[in-house]
Amino acid sequence: MSAHDRHEAVAGPIWTPFFKVVALIVGITVVLMARRFTLGLGSSTALSDGYPWGLWIAFDVVTGTALGCGGYAMALLVYIFNRGKYHPMVRPALLTSALGYTTAAVAIHLDVGRPLYLYKIPVSPMWWNLNSALLEVAVCVMTYIVVLWLEISPAFFEKWERGPDGFFKKLANTFHPIIDKIMVPLMALGLLLPTMHQSSLGALMLLGGKKVHGLWHTPLLPGLYLLSCVGMGYAVVAFESILSSRTYKRPRETRMLASLAGVTGWVVLIFSGIRLVDIVLRGKAALIFQPTIQSLFFLVEMAAFVVGGLMLVMPAFRNTAAGQFQSAMLVIFAGTLYRIDTYLVAYNPGPNWHYFPSVPEMLITVGVIGLEILAYVVIVKTFPILRGATPAQAAS
Amino acid sequence: MPVDRRKLIKGLAVAGAATAAAGVANAKIRPRKTVPTDAVGMLYDATRCIGCKTCVVACKQANDMPPDSASTGGLYDAPIDLNSKTKNIIKQYQDGEKQSYMKAQCMHCVDPSCVNACMMGSLAKRENGIVTWHGERCTGCRYCGIACPYGVPKYEFEKSFPRVIKCEMCSHRIAKGQIPACCEVCPRQAVIYGKYSGLVADAKKRLADFPDRYFPKVFGLEDGGGTQVLYLSKAGISFENLGLPDLGSDPVPELQQTIQHGIYQGFVAPVALFAVFGAVMWRNRRAQEKAGEVKP
Repeated sequence: MSAHDRHEAVAGPIWTPFFKVVALIVGITVVLMARRFTLGLGSSTALSDGYPWGLWIAFDVVTGTALGCGGYAMALLVYIFNRGKYHPMVRPALLTSALGYTTAAVAIHLDVGRPLYLYKIPVSPMWWNLNSALLEVAVCVMTYIVVLWLEISPAFFEKWERGPDGFFKKLANTFHPIIDKIMVPLMALGLLLPTMHQSSLGALMLLGGKKVHGLWHTPLLPGLYLLSCVGMGYAVVAFESILSSRTYKRPRETRMLASLAGVTGWVVLIFSGIRLVDIVLRGKAALIFQPTIQSLFFLVEMAAFVVGGLMLVMPAFRNTAAGQFQSAMLVIFAGTLYRIDTYLVAYNPGPNWHYFPSVPEMLITVGVIGLEILAYVVIVKTFPILRGATPAQAAS
Repeated sequence: MPVDRRKLIKGLAVAGAATAAAGVANAKIRPRKTVPTDAVGMLYDATRCIGCKTCVVACKQANDMPPDSASTGGLYDAPIDLNSKTKNIIKQYQDGEKQSYMKAQCMHCVDPSCVNACMMGSLAKRENGIVTWHGERCTGCRYCGIACPYGVPKYEFEKSFPRVIKCEMCSHRIAKGQIPACCEVCPRQAVIYGKYSGLVADAKKRLADFPDRYFPKVFGLEDGGGTQVLYLSKAGISFENLGLPDLGSDPVPELQQTIQHGIYQGFVAPVALFAVFGAVMWRNRRAQEKAGEVKP
């Protein structure tokens, strides 16, 4: 986090018409959330004993955290592969990660049946089942959320240091030097934790065994999840950068995004290659051509990955903002579908069981995302996160 | 960046590969779980069952289960499968002349997927091998439901503070010196309770004495790593016909456990990776400072 990148808070009021609409939607879904807590999961969701996990786990948590891998992917590029030129993009990426993971944590509280007992995970290490991949995910994600907010905390401190005397100023003056001192180990932890839990999110479904379709169930699930979350992380960074520079009239980062697109493209293409070779080597290629819903979803998913990946490496697309935006959307879509497929479409608990998310279930997901958007807007308009408007391009 | 980036990347790649190799080398083949010495179990013999469902009623009474009519449109206690109000049920297989009853319940696996899945040991295998649920540790995550290959753990979706419901082999009765309710009431002794070793010998003897009567296999000796509830089926009716999946002899959690334990053996790989990340970042930062760039 350096001063020379000139991060600046976005000017303008927080209560725009867009913000009000999102706040209204969130308000409505809060009622639905209250209903879910008082009347149980059955009242609000289409979950069943056949499909104990649904939209909230597959999308809000498993996909949500992968979409929150921008901070991980960018830090990997900047601090490990030493590509300093991307440095201005790290802070916005870290914010989306912190918000993405925090949102996933909110979703977990909605999804588990006994959220009051979640506190027992951090406080009861003597109960930890070290064989449980889910425990690994839970502990890692909890720690990572703390690490992410600490990593982004200098942005808050910078604002408070310049603010009026009081609690926040004192807080900033005390902790900013400490955070600066521990930034290297903190960043290293911020790289280690997603490496661990993003791969474990893939490993989770290994336990599904024969209930998980052969096109998705592979010993490589942990590696494939890791690789795809890095690809999705870059795509989200590009998506967020293009959208925020448009919305907030900030200088576009088209050139930087073009070279980032190359990295993303190769990650996605390597992922697709490994996935296909693995399917062939495991002798499951015939499953692709069976007339099943699974093979259809598989083909859509792979097409999105491959087309998105190719667009990202082709100069014609990756050098224009539109091409970058479209390819980023494709990769985000493909990665999302890959996760929803593994957890839901590929999961077959036997006859008599069906699952399609209920309306309240989907609305609550919308509400949770809305909450994330509200938090994003408030934070970028209050704290120096986004790259400042350069003098040459007058801020409007 | 004047720092030889190539060298750094190479170094990182080598370090990464070494970490991965260490992980793989550490991955000892997971030792197979064996049946505990004091193991108890059940043996269900489909050739003896007459489908009277006395066991279903007795199970509900012994376990204080509420009546279930909501899931069956008002029909009293006739659910189509195990559910959060039903830990034991009799199903029927019919194909032309061939018919058989089937008792569905928890199999009390030797190496249970649900126990492997459970974050804080809410589902645990007792000394006698019975898999029981302990609510004070359960967050209600339902990973047990994803993990179980037999679809056994059920969940009180209609409650605001739900429990996981499954057959616990009437552990509360066994503690009082009684036997599981279903085994106590069965008029034909189609399901019996006893020491696991005795049940295995009994099942094998029945197969040997009446080879014409039985499908030539005891289900549960090896299936999915073995179960403490054993099954015998009628001649000509496979266990898959009865709804028991063909899992092979590998324990269901084995693949995931081998991979995860390979990666996390002794926590060496994560610590090494952390050290590598830290070292590379520190080096990059120092190189930048030397090159006169603004201190990050």
